[in-house]
Amino acid sequence: MPHVNFTRHLQTFFPTLKMGEEVPGASVREVIAELEKRYPGFALYVGDETGRLRRHVHVFVREEPICDRDELSDAVSQGDEVYILQALSGG
Amino acid sequence: MSDQIVLATKKGTLILDRRNGGWAIRPIAQPGQAVSYAARDPRDGTLWACMDNAHWGPALMRSRDGGASWEDASRVVYPKGARYIEQLIPSPEAMEKAGKPIDYKPAALMKIWAIGFAGKDQPGVIHAGTLPGGLFTTRDGGGSWELNRPLWNHESRGGDLFSGEATSKNQWGGTPAAMAYGEFVPGIHSVVVDPRDSNHIYVAVSCAGVLETRDGGKSWAGCNHGMQNDYLPNPEADWGHDPHLVTLCPAHPDRLWQQNHSGIFTSEDGARNWNRISQQDVGAHFGFPIAADDKDAKTAWVVPLQSDQARMTISGGLAVARTSDGGASWQSFREGLPQEHCYDVIYRHALDASGDRVCFGSTTGNVYISEDRGETWRCIGNNLPPIHSVRFA
Repeated sequence: MPHVNFTRHLQTFFPTLKMGEEVPGASVREVIAELEKRYPGFALYVGDETGRLRRHVHVFVREEPICDRDELSDAVSQGDEVYILQALSGG
Repeated sequence: MSDQIVLATKKGTLILDRRNGGWAIRPIAQPGQAVSYAARDPRDGTLWACMDNAHWGPALMRSRDGGASWEDASRVVYPKGARYIEQLIPSPEAMEKAGKPIDYKPAALMKIWAIGFAGKDQPGVIHAGTLPGGLFTTRDGGGSWELNRPLWNHESRGGDLFSGEATSKNQWGGTPAAMAYGEFVPGIHSVVVDPRDSNHIYVAVSCAGVLETRDGGKSWAGCNHGMQNDYLPNPEADWGHDPHLVTLCPAHPDRLWQQNHSGIFTSEDGARNWNRISQQDVGAHFGFPIAADDKDAKTAWVVPLQSDQARMTISGGLAVARTSDGGASWQSFREGLPQEHCYDVIYRHALDASGDRVCFGSTTGNVYISEDRGETWRCIGNNLPPIHSVRFA
């Protein structure tokens, strides 16, 4: 199963999030859907109600940013490292 | 007269309590997170904060213990199939699209800009004005929120886009306040409930104007008669107005006040007719907020800026203007306010009045209060984060 790593900022809202958590799924969309089951409300933190990634959120698979920010169709495979991170912004 | 003030700031919610003749600032709630609007529900004392987190999206939090602890309320989400007609800011790219078929975009919540509480005749009912221009209502104190479809599907927005193509011309323009969210969309920033009848609600939209429902949101009509704008070929067009804030006098609800991009307006007949009451020689014209007196239908306050082209204090110092005669004349007050090297701008929700007290907060993190109806002022907080809203609790 893919392993998912998170920005620590998300633990402000989901204190039990575990770094490197094993999450089943064949695409980023499926991984986030599983995370939503484990942590209700999670999907609306990283994406909006249409399912697209929020503007200032980045998801990387194998150190590459995902291509499909609207449908999150990028494939993930056994053992892949998925990173859910904050884009640099703010002030 | 309230002894508590709630501030929404770029770094969290601040509560100020009147204590020993002064105002004490509590430690910040939601530290580090932007809050677009915060207010206390006068019916049950619940505090509400509209979270505007740049990374994780808009959300609502509430406190049922006076601010000691906060919890997430349910999310406000646009229903599947909600669409709007794309608006483009004037640009070379927009010109290339001129004359081409309109584009539709799926709606997703960008910002909760303001909330409005129904009266005691509708316990648990709260309305939320949002970007991209939807009004949401909860009937169970925030347990769930529903898009007001008659307003979303209004003919002034192109009709029912859930069902298909636009059936009328879209009259709602985008607000520059939306640009931070990457889109040029309309926004509802004023939700004003008639204290005599909670089914009678006004909303103000940037940029469209004021709309009203008298049947609890089942039908809506524009009420912009008498409005004038300085930036369209037809200054008296039905739509295209840019209200910055609309409010009313609670004791005389047919008296409305509007700080608009094109000046200050008032209505004495429940928004049937508006009259421009700006007085440029005392600086009372351009600005964002306006506050109505609780009881006196003829008194209101504004914190004016130079002009739409120079959104800065007038003569380098802060001033508050008050009318006590329904806008026939304005008085400007500066005592106690900084009068040089002052670049404070006051956002649309960042001025409020309660009895003899008037309070405002600025983009440069200063809070000023008057306890004599705006005539003299003192600073009760500085070096705070940029202040988005000020509300007496």
